Amino acid sequence: MYPFVYHKATSVEDARKAFADADDAAFLAGGMTLVPTMKQRLAMPSDLVDLNAIASMRGVTVDGDILTIGAMTTHHQVATSSIVQKFAPGLAGLAGTIGDRAVRYRGTLGGSIANNDPAADYPGAVLALSATIVTDRREIAGDDFFTGMFETALDEGELITAVRFAKPIKGAYAKFPNPASRYAIAGVFVAELGDGVRVAVTGAAPTVFRVPAMESALARNFSPEALEGIGVDEQDLNTDIHASAAYRAHLVSVMAGRAVHAALEEGSQSGV
Amino acid sequence: MTITISLTINGRHIKHTVDPALLLVDFLRENCQLTGTHVGCDTSQCGACTVLFDDQAIKACTLFAAQADGASIVTIEGLAQDDELHPMQKAFQAHHGLQCGFCTPGMVLTAIDIARTHGAPDDATIRRELEGNLCRCTGYQNIVKAVSAGARAMSKD
Repeated sequence: MYPFVYHKATSVEDARKAFADADDAAFLAGGMTLVPTMKQRLAMPSDLVDLNAIASMRGVTVDGDILTIGAMTTHHQVATSSIVQKFAPGLAGLAGTIGDRAVRYRGTLGGSIANNDPAADYPGAVLALSATIVTDRREIAGDDFFTGMFETALDEGELITAVRFAKPIKGAYAKFPNPASRYAIAGVFVAELGDGVRVAVTGAAPTVFRVPAMESALARNFSPEALEGIGVDEQDLNTDIHASAAYRAHLVSVMAGRAVHAALEEGSQSGV
Repeated sequence: MTITISLTINGRHIKHTVDPALLLVDFLRENCQLTGTHVGCDTSQCGACTVLFDDQAIKACTLFAAQADGASIVTIEGLAQDDELHPMQKAFQAHHGLQCGFCTPGMVLTAIDIARTHGAPDDATIRRELEGNLCRCTGYQNIVKAVSAGARAMSKD
């Protein structure tokens, strides 16, 4: 690993300043991706700004139909939060399937979506639950946030402080995990919101995407049968050592059906 | 640049100066001579480096020592009381939950965390919660038995 300067930020303002004053800084959230990447020398920040001591960036609150989760809230905290389990059981279920137990203790919501790994789980929840990304300088609609593989709408040095999720009438996440890494080979979050149904697919393509044909079919009839004959085009999907594009296209349909089935069962979690 | 950290390891308070890039696992092994915490993969996958960090079983290869400032850490060396093994260690011994032993320290610490979370978990829960700890020898059968027995022994204490 290349040497770097370490900063322990104690407030959002403190983190902003440390980042701005450095040559080529990176924010350190859970570090579950950044630290391994630095070991491989794929990332070589001059400075690391550790966000773990910023208390205002952690925690879960509900205000009416809006759930706000601090960006530094860990996957473990989301998975085990009684507030999240009640507000959106599918979201708590999703968090409980990320990585493994040790990863969930450290990995964070903000870190996951800022990295926008094509196989990460949270981007599916952001699109399906019509989320809003709150940063240190603005709010970004979830639909506009993920712009490409490992790319987001965040500007240089822009820090996610929280994510707001809409309350689903029902919703669930189903994923087919890579058996070694637990990353999604294909994951589908289906949610019925007040203004329609959203179907978000992660793991299958360079970045998370919605499936309008499934959404309109489920808006008419929220059942697994409504999805029959509706698939995604394998032309747009990834092929790698884990799965071909055709296999991923098949998995998307299967996971979408499982997610709908799970959403119909009260208090359901993921289909893993 | 060096950073001074102050933390508790196996109940002992220590203060140390570290380089920012020093990983917690290397700090434990090289600076504290606690070599029971192993480095298996160094890529956050195998769990041989698992320690309890403020009571949570985490992988010490994916955290900088600087981040442990103020934390309380328990390694495999900190489990036995005098000559008496921890109930989870006894269970691994009694059920032969190991072969070469390389993954065992991480397995035991994760198992203790699982037991504290779930009380007396069923085998499916144990297998799911052990996903982050890999064993190349045993095929896991006796590890699952050991965790199950150890968790039950812990809940009686």
